[in-house]
Amino acid sequence: MANEAAKTHPWHVPEPSPWPIIGTIAGFTMAVGGIWFMHDGPIYLFGVGVLILIYTFYGWWRQVIIEANTAGAHSEQVKVGLRYGFIFFIASEVMFFFAFFWAFFHSSLPILNNVAQVWPPEGIELIPASGVPLLNTLILLSSSATVTVAHHAIIDDNRKKAIRWTWITAILGAVFLFFQAEEYIDATFKLSDGIYPSTFYLATGFHGFHVFVGTCFLAVCAMRLQKGHFKPDHHIGFEAAAWYWHFVDVVWIFLFINVYIWGSSSFGHIAAG
Amino acid sequence: MSETAHADAHDDHDHRPTGWRRWVYSTNHKDIGTMYLALAMIAAIVGTAASVVIRLELHEPGVQFITDFQFYNVLVTAHGFIMVFFVVMPALIGGFGNWFIPLMIGTPDMAFPRMNNISFWLLPAALILLVIAGLIDGGPGTGWTVYPPLANADYHPGMAVDFGILSLHLAGASSILGAINFISTIINMRAPGMTFHRMPLFIWAMLLTAILLLLAIPVLAGALTMLLTDRNFGTAFFDPAGGGDPLLWQHLFWFFGHPEVYIMIIPAFGVISEIVSTFSKKPIFGYLGMAYAMAAIGVVGFIVWAHHMYTVGFNVETRAYFTLATMVIAVPTGIKIFSWLATMWGGSIKFDTPMLFAMGFIFLFVVGGVTGVTLANAGADQAFHDTYFVVAHFHYVLSVAAIFAMYAGFYYWIGKMSGKQYPEGLARLQFWVTFIGVNILFFPQHFAGMAGMPRRIPDYPDAYAGWNMISSWGAYITAVGAILFFVVLWKTLTSKETVSANQWGTGANTLEWTVESPAPFHTHEQTPSISTQPAE
Repeated sequence: MANEAAKTHPWHVPEPSPWPIIGTIAGFTMAVGGIWFMHDGPIYLFGVGVLILIYTFYGWWRQVIIEANTAGAHSEQVKVGLRYGFIFFIASEVMFFFAFFWAFFHSSLPILNNVAQVWPPEGIELIPASGVPLLNTLILLSSSATVTVAHHAIIDDNRKKAIRWTWITAILGAVFLFFQAEEYIDATFKLSDGIYPSTFYLATGFHGFHVFVGTCFLAVCAMRLQKGHFKPDHHIGFEAAAWYWHFVDVVWIFLFINVYIWGSSSFGHIAAG
Repeated sequence: MSETAHADAHDDHDHRPTGWRRWVYSTNHKDIGTMYLALAMIAAIVGTAASVVIRLELHEPGVQFITDFQFYNVLVTAHGFIMVFFVVMPALIGGFGNWFIPLMIGTPDMAFPRMNNISFWLLPAALILLVIAGLIDGGPGTGWTVYPPLANADYHPGMAVDFGILSLHLAGASSILGAINFISTIINMRAPGMTFHRMPLFIWAMLLTAILLLLAIPVLAGALTMLLTDRNFGTAFFDPAGGGDPLLWQHLFWFFGHPEVYIMIIPAFGVISEIVSTFSKKPIFGYLGMAYAMAAIGVVGFIVWAHHMYTVGFNVETRAYFTLATMVIAVPTGIKIFSWLATMWGGSIKFDTPMLFAMGFIFLFVVGGVTGVTLANAGADQAFHDTYFVVAHFHYVLSVAAIFAMYAGFYYWIGKMSGKQYPEGLARLQFWVTFIGVNILFFPQHFAGMAGMPRRIPDYPDAYAGWNMISSWGAYITAVGAILFFVVLWKTLTSKETVSANQWGTGANTLEWTVESPAPFHTHEQTPSISTQPAE
């Protein structure tokens, strides 16, 4: 960013970058490779696409971090824009989950659905909400608290404490994922066993994937804290990770209440007609 | 009028990258906008060719030359997808939006210039996937609505529909990233003094369009993912045999699909508002009403989706609600139409080509709007559903009204974008050929539809022969108009005649007219300040 000092406006116009086109190649490769795999082909082309995507994430966001540590690139106004951008990204994610909740309610409420007559469908052996799901709820809620502790530590310029609590949050995310994997392994229904597993696995599965992404995001933040990137007034990356984590938390609350408790209780779902 | 304290006199030409990197690695909103426009033009050739082949087949009853009816369905599907996702959206949103949002709000570039570039490049990748879909395993004969069970593995077992789904996933990612960029730019980067209530209406239109994209596209992404797992991993979202319901797809699709039609037309509203004001030499009538009418259309657009599904067996209360909610949209739409007319009223109107297309837009949009109110009635729709009346309706509002806004925006801004003067006489000829062509093309379809001609069929009873032949001749005239457009484009880009910074004179008072033509590589390096709203 050689010309940062010379400019007269507060905005950040980066130099030309190879990462967008590399990211596009990653997406295209994953699409073609995924279709090939789904039609009985090998998975390696899809895997190559994923590797290019990871390479894109690494290279692109490395560049962003370099800019964040460059004086003048991330001015106060640019920081406001970055926050807006991330909030709107989360808004789009909310609408993505909206689709899966719609599928769940459409399938489970006879008033909306002309097909299903009972919910849960017969033959489905339910996962008790009071078991692993409740434990995971406690883990994820706790992690929301620990990430807030870490955030306050950054604002108080207490780096050691911030590092410790950010790692604790990331580890709680990993523990959540471990228990969710256990839950999937122990489940007696598989993905192709009808509408209940369809809504269950896609809704909780996409949530789990988001927990994975959030855990990686937090781990990167913890490492950046160790390198001393974050200052009390300059830690957009951490803020974004924390917002993302709260979003993942809220989605889980809705999943726990609706899919695990309400959707798995076998009362009051007999269709009128 | 918007007054600028400063016109960019000394823009920086030194940092312009050269060669292929300038385009492939671009972080420049103007270059990216130009690439969007080029992509839209290339896709438009393909999409128009598909529609002309459709009209050739429908020229007379009986099979003309398409003996494989699946291929006919593939043509219909390709035409729809290409026109929606690769022509109208890239041109109106990606093209004009990228070019003129930073210019009109007085900022050097978009909020996230690199993300802007991936928003563009995902689209050619998506288009390639869509073309592959059309060429492989018989193609997707599903229509752009991709309803199961037709779209299920039972009826489309090959890879075609999967390529279509992944194409839409990439195009959707492009739209979501673009929307995030547009909203962040407009909210955060307006020049000092440009409050929300002082933004040009084109900026309002882009902001609202981006919000609709941000909230609607992810729902499509979710639905497409369910369709993909239904087809390939044995889930049963849309399969009654597993307890699922094909209606769920229709709900999810139209919850995206109805905002999507406003995503295509609200940018057109913005373009037309700028042009009508400029060529009437008057501020837009009812500026705030115009802005909030668009907002109202956007909000209500999310709660009317099931008017696309009146015949699926809803109870009468549901149909009554969706009829009412749909008709409510006529109110803000009427505000817009009458405000454009009131802007022209008493104005000193110049009938240059952009204004001709803008007035053409208003006429065509009113025709499509009136049939929209007709179709809003759940009762009437029992008869009209899936007939050519619907085809006529949505082609009046989208195909021709949105396309007219694209032509209008092109003629309005090509001087700013290229620095060249388009040939006025040839451009006016292109307007009249296109205007006459589209009306001959689509007006008879109302009559064919009222007589009961169904959509998406390659052959039809002899009773519909007359209207179909007229319609097909209209298509050929419209295609001549499209060819004329490319002649105009060629003559413009090779023209020696240049234009001044403000070629339209006193009526054009938004910030893009304060920079020289063609707009330099970097503009608004020094922030302009705005003291009044466009309406004053």
